[in-house]
Amino acid sequence: MDAFIHQFLAGLATGGIYASVALALVMIYQATHHVNFAQGELAMFCTYLAWSLINAGFGYWSAFLITVMLAFVLGVLIERVIVRPVENSPVLAVVVVFIALLVIFNSIAGWIYSYTIKTFPSPFPAEPFFGNKYMSSHEIGSIGVTLVVLLLLYAFFRYTPLGLAMRAAAQNPASAKLVGIRVGWMLALGWGLAAAIGAVAGMMVAPVVFLDPNMMGGILLYAFAAALVGGVDSPGGAVFGGFLVGVLENLLGAFVIGNELKLAVALVLIVGVLVVKPTGFFGKVHVSRV
Amino acid sequence: MSRRVLIVLAVVLLAACALPLVVSNYRVFQFTMVLVYAIALLGLNLLTGYNGQISLGHGAFYAIGAYCAAILMDKFGVPYWATLPAAGAVCFVVGFLFGLPALRLEGLYLALATFALGVSMPQLLKYHLIEKWTGGVQGIVIVKPDPPFGLRLSPDQWLYYFTLAVMILMFVLAWNLLRGRVGRALIAIRDQHVAAEAMGVNSALYKTLAFGVSAMYTGIAGALGAIAIQFVAPDSFNIFLSITFLVGVVIGGLASISGAIYGALFIQFVPNFADEISKAAPWAIFGVFLLAFVYVMPFGVAGAIRMLLARLARKAQNDSGTAGMATNSAAGAKTPGSSNATG
Amino acid sequence: MPSLLAVANLEAYYGATKVLHGFSFGMEEGSITALLGANGAGKTTTLRALCGMVKTRGEIRFGEHRLDGRATEDIVRRGIAHVPDGRGTFLNLSTEENLRLGGYTRRDRAGVSEDIERMFGYFPRLKERHRQQAGTLSGGEQQMLAVARGLMMRPRLMLLDEPSFGLAPLIVEQIFQIMRTINEREKVAILLVEQNAAMALALADRAYVLETGRIVISGSAAEIRGNEAVRRSYLGY
Repeated sequence: MDAFIHQFLAGLATGGIYASVALALVMIYQATHHVNFAQGELAMFCTYLAWSLINAGFGYWSAFLITVMLAFVLGVLIERVIVRPVENSPVLAVVVVFIALLVIFNSIAGWIYSYTIKTFPSPFPAEPFFGNKYMSSHEIGSIGVTLVVLLLLYAFFRYTPLGLAMRAAAQNPASAKLVGIRVGWMLALGWGLAAAIGAVAGMMVAPVVFLDPNMMGGILLYAFAAALVGGVDSPGGAVFGGFLVGVLENLLGAFVIGNELKLAVALVLIVGVLVVKPTGFFGKVHVSRV
Repeated sequence: MSRRVLIVLAVVLLAACALPLVVSNYRVFQFTMVLVYAIALLGLNLLTGYNGQISLGHGAFYAIGAYCAAILMDKFGVPYWATLPAAGAVCFVVGFLFGLPALRLEGLYLALATFALGVSMPQLLKYHLIEKWTGGVQGIVIVKPDPPFGLRLSPDQWLYYFTLAVMILMFVLAWNLLRGRVGRALIAIRDQHVAAEAMGVNSALYKTLAFGVSAMYTGIAGALGAIAIQFVAPDSFNIFLSITFLVGVVIGGLASISGAIYGALFIQFVPNFADEISKAAPWAIFGVFLLAFVYVMPFGVAGAIRMLLARLARKAQNDSGTAGMATNSAAGAKTPGSSNATG
Repeated sequence: MPSLLAVANLEAYYGATKVLHGFSFGMEEGSITALLGANGAGKTTTLRALCGMVKTRGEIRFGEHRLDGRATEDIVRRGIAHVPDGRGTFLNLSTEENLRLGGYTRRDRAGVSEDIERMFGYFPRLKERHRQQAGTLSGGEQQMLAVARGLMMRPRLMLLDEPSFGLAPLIVEQIFQIMRTINEREKVAILLVEQNAAMALALADRAYVLETGRIVISGSAAEIRGNEAVRRSYLGY
């Protein structure tokens, strides 16, 4: 039983990471109806930026804040310069652009920072909270951070005019223009927010798996699975999905299929959800007219 | 096909046959890989270019084909040429089976599902339960076949000719398939699947068959690749292989048979040049090329050549003052759905 | 020079196809104008052209501003509300959120909330359903919502595209009655595209009849109503 609890909680911990990357994915999907394959590499790159800042002498939280802002700007720039030309192109063009971004960020990080692993500090204390033996402070702390981000996002979309405008622009760009919403900038804003969320996720992940250009590869896949399971247009669903995927992955890995096939769990989840219930647990069904 | 096209093809074929006799063994190996990639890219193009189903996981089918060949040769002593139909059959079935759930997935979601397949492949290959066949992390080493009938060729040269023959066969098959009813059905499904179904095209059947055939082509390429490289290991079949194929198809030209060759040349030789700049450079360059092509040359090299030839033909027409019909030449300006073999 | 809207030599294109062949017309402040004609005559295209939703040539003046060549978002911010055919409702948002979006470009928060209450006054059914998802409203209710959303923008000119489409006659009466009230009370000018010529002519001051992208008849609504030959050949009644 003890082993089970241990794996369950460990699953929650990794699930928190998946949840935060999934949040970034859902953010972009809500704003643009696109699935951003480059999300992981973007997050990784921003984490490297934070690492540079910390190495240059900035305190952790200053570096954190600056990185989040830089990430936002980077996201906006990418949308306006690189994604905008293919906004109205067929899906394949958009996918290719995202894959290109994935590849470019991955290789630039490798080029600038080399492929040797680096350590990244955690803002949370080294001793576990209340001396508990199940989860480290960092694990609990990062789950906390994820939930805070989720709350902020929820409030933003639900209660602010800008959040409402973004939702409208994503759902019905033509009508959004008719009420004066600058749809192009809404998309850019979505990307900026997603990049910022991704950066936060990256900075929570790096202390655990160590900073290296390929650190987000597998995580991205789990985050996709999480976003799909929870419902690709539901931030709350993404977080729920993240925890679910984390726990499932750990439990299945420990007790059923062994640790080697854990990525295959993500694959099966993704294909399974897409085929059986594409809207996930909390997503909304969209009917498209011919 | 017009005479001009046939002459061009004949010249290219002659050059291809003469090649191994004039260059070093290593270059012959490189060109063999070009042929291998061309087959793989044609497979991917069948699915994505002609039928509009995006696959970011074709590296997985390549891997399956490669491992089929390696396992059959290493564990069961099957001769190298017999592994090709086996790899093709296995990959056809796997592709067809993957195509079934894929029927429910459109665009981005299919890309996502295939991306997941591509990412998880190395782990699947390392799985300890099948380790005694797959050789686990170390993979399998195989021996390059000797030329038959005591021909005076090096193994590299023989393998080149063998691959060339297979490639020609598969290209001709594809060309035949695409210019007929099947090709039109695939393209109709890609462009307007509701209308296609309303006109009686069995969309589900064609789409799953397309997946199967596409996987088969890439699988056979994988088998040939394994034989040429003499080695298979899980980590060489990661997501970047799938992305490499995507790069090849985009740069070579979607929905184009000749595009497969241009793309194969690109993905084989560009990384070599780029490597000299820096270790990270090849992928950054791939990425930049991808972006450039999507913005500027969305129909790839094949498409650009097609448009150039069309413009030249129109110019020739205007100059000679003929108001008549365009000659039936390779220069006929066609949409990307054209199955014209010279692009 | 018409005071509110002056359109000169308006051409419009869908791709390479020219669908409006260079006509001119104008509107005064607070007036109601009907655009009539058969299917495909170019009525909807005209409204789209005014909002920059299609490629155009020619001059479009709104008050002192030139509208031609500008983006839709900028055009509507000058005071034009377009209620498109099909209503353009944000189906996945609530009724109230739809209304709020109408007030998106306004700076006066209090004014927006007041106006929402006013809309509920005009359209009590919307108040009943204000938390409901807009996609679940009936056709008539969605039409009311679309008009209300447009009014939230406090426009000087409202473009209405086929408001009667697919609605029961009783509901259409209601909606037209409300439009008359709005025009009188809020002094909003209305450019109305309608297939139901009789109802449109009963509401409007002026009317234009379009045929294959050209204005073929223009005049006061009363004149056109009274001209039986015109009614028979162009308006079908």
